[in-house]
Amino acid sequence: MTSAPVPNRSEVSGLSLSGYLNCMRGIVWREALRFLQQRERFVAALVRPLVWLFIFAAGFRSVLGVSIIPPYETYVLYEVYVTPGLVGMIQLFNGMQSSLSMVYDREMGNMRTLLISPYPRWFLLTSKLMAGVAVSLLQVAVFLAITWFWEVEPPLFGYLAVIPALILSGLMLGALGMLLSSGIKQLENFAGIMNFVIFPMFFASSALYPLWRMKETSPLLYEICQYNPFTYIVELIRFALYGQLNLQALAIVAGFTVVFLGGAIFAYNPSKGLIARRGGPGGNAPGPKGG
Amino acid sequence: MSSPGPDTAGSNPPRALEISGLTHAFGQNKALDDVNFTIDPSRFCVLLGLNGAGKTTLFSLVTRLYSNTSGAIRVYGHDVRRSPGAALQRLGVVFQQRTLDLDLTVMQNLLYHAALHGFTPREARARAESQLERVKLLDRAKDKARRLSGGQMRRVEIARALLHDPQLLLLDEPTVGLDIDSRRDILERTVALCQDDQLAVLWATHLIDEVTPESQIVMLHHGKVVADGSHDAVLSGSATENISAAFAKLTQDKAVGSAAA
Repeated sequence: MTSAPVPNRSEVSGLSLSGYLNCMRGIVWREALRFLQQRERFVAALVRPLVWLFIFAAGFRSVLGVSIIPPYETYVLYEVYVTPGLVGMIQLFNGMQSSLSMVYDREMGNMRTLLISPYPRWFLLTSKLMAGVAVSLLQVAVFLAITWFWEVEPPLFGYLAVIPALILSGLMLGALGMLLSSGIKQLENFAGIMNFVIFPMFFASSALYPLWRMKETSPLLYEICQYNPFTYIVELIRFALYGQLNLQALAIVAGFTVVFLGGAIFAYNPSKGLIARRGGPGGNAPGPKGG
Repeated sequence: MSSPGPDTAGSNPPRALEISGLTHAFGQNKALDDVNFTIDPSRFCVLLGLNGAGKTTLFSLVTRLYSNTSGAIRVYGHDVRRSPGAALQRLGVVFQQRTLDLDLTVMQNLLYHAALHGFTPREARARAESQLERVKLLDRAKDKARRLSGGQMRRVEIARALLHDPQLLLLDEPTVGLDIDSRRDILERTVALCQDDQLAVLWATHLIDEVTPESQIVMLHHGKVVADGSHDAVLSGSATENISAAFAKLTQDKAVGSAAA
């Protein structure tokens, strides 16, 4: 039997930097294991945007002409226009899905094993988000590889430049999902929130149609799209994919990331957030009991 | 980040667990009402109380699921609110709910937990193997957690709680849903582990037959501590012959008392 180098009882070491890294690695590793075990989830995550690309975009191509707008330097096919939006969609779904797994974790009690780790709670929650982002990067990579054969051919440099953009947007959407998950008591309630968050965010954005077109049809909808953070995620990804930086989008996405992440950490804070008030995850809130 | 020193002044050597003046309310309902007790290192303490007595709330506060708003909780002198990291490093916890990830293998569950305590994958594996060996489940390491029986899952959860060499082990109704043999098995193992590792244990239960003659007993009723002491001290204090009678007497008295008040 291998015996571990057991430290002397009297000297429990503090939390070292390498310990932090091991902790984050463990959280990402578990998320990856769970992901690999759910092959359907991977396939579903790919099929969804591909259906949009192959069917919706093909049909729309003849109806909708896209004029030359930055970052594009020539006329582009509708498929080319819609690809960054679909990348954003992958991340949107992934962000909500990982918050779904937070609700699942809470119901199954796994959340409690995470939260008794000695590392600070903000670090545990951020690690959990990074794990979700890593999964979404994998999905996006496969999706972009497929679209290459569909004549969506951004410059090679764009594939590198898009990575930091994807990390930031993945964090923002994951943090939004985490914030929402803190307010949800049970898995069943989550479906409603998906409909009220995912679909409005996706459709009222620049993912499927350029905003100037929207302005022609409905100024009100145009205004709404302007206030939708998902619009800026799509634009950040779109510009990055063509090797350009959209500073406005970057600033807005970064700002929302900070707000959502702060909100999520607050909500999971033991002394302030929703959990403290409600009596904790696990559903067994020690509320008024007959006594 | 380095581990800060114990926060307590005095109390030398520090107690394994020190709870003082702890009150916690959900709305109007006081789940815990001025709870005070301590557990010495290497002591096996049974926290006895009916459902709704406040045991789970107490566990949630000690494990910092949510913070105590009054009083203090110290683990080997480390206040859980002021230095939660140092306190949680010394704590091993077995929750009332099943908390193994059923889709992962036994080993993967343990490796994940070890990572949460900052161990390298190599060290994590060595620790997981030695703890599984102790609960006689090393041969099931590669099985999915789903395939274990209820009693085996509990043993894995105990192995998991001991992975990082805690000095205080908390178990919240660990025998719920187990048959009589498994219950005895879990209790005997935990008592033995406690002696081997010189580990302090807080064992919450509503089952009086889980009280051993050697254990310290803390009785909790409607959020209040109604008895605290060794087995014999509780008996003589309540002028009863056995713990069952003592428990009935003490909880009944209090119920009548609080109803009259």
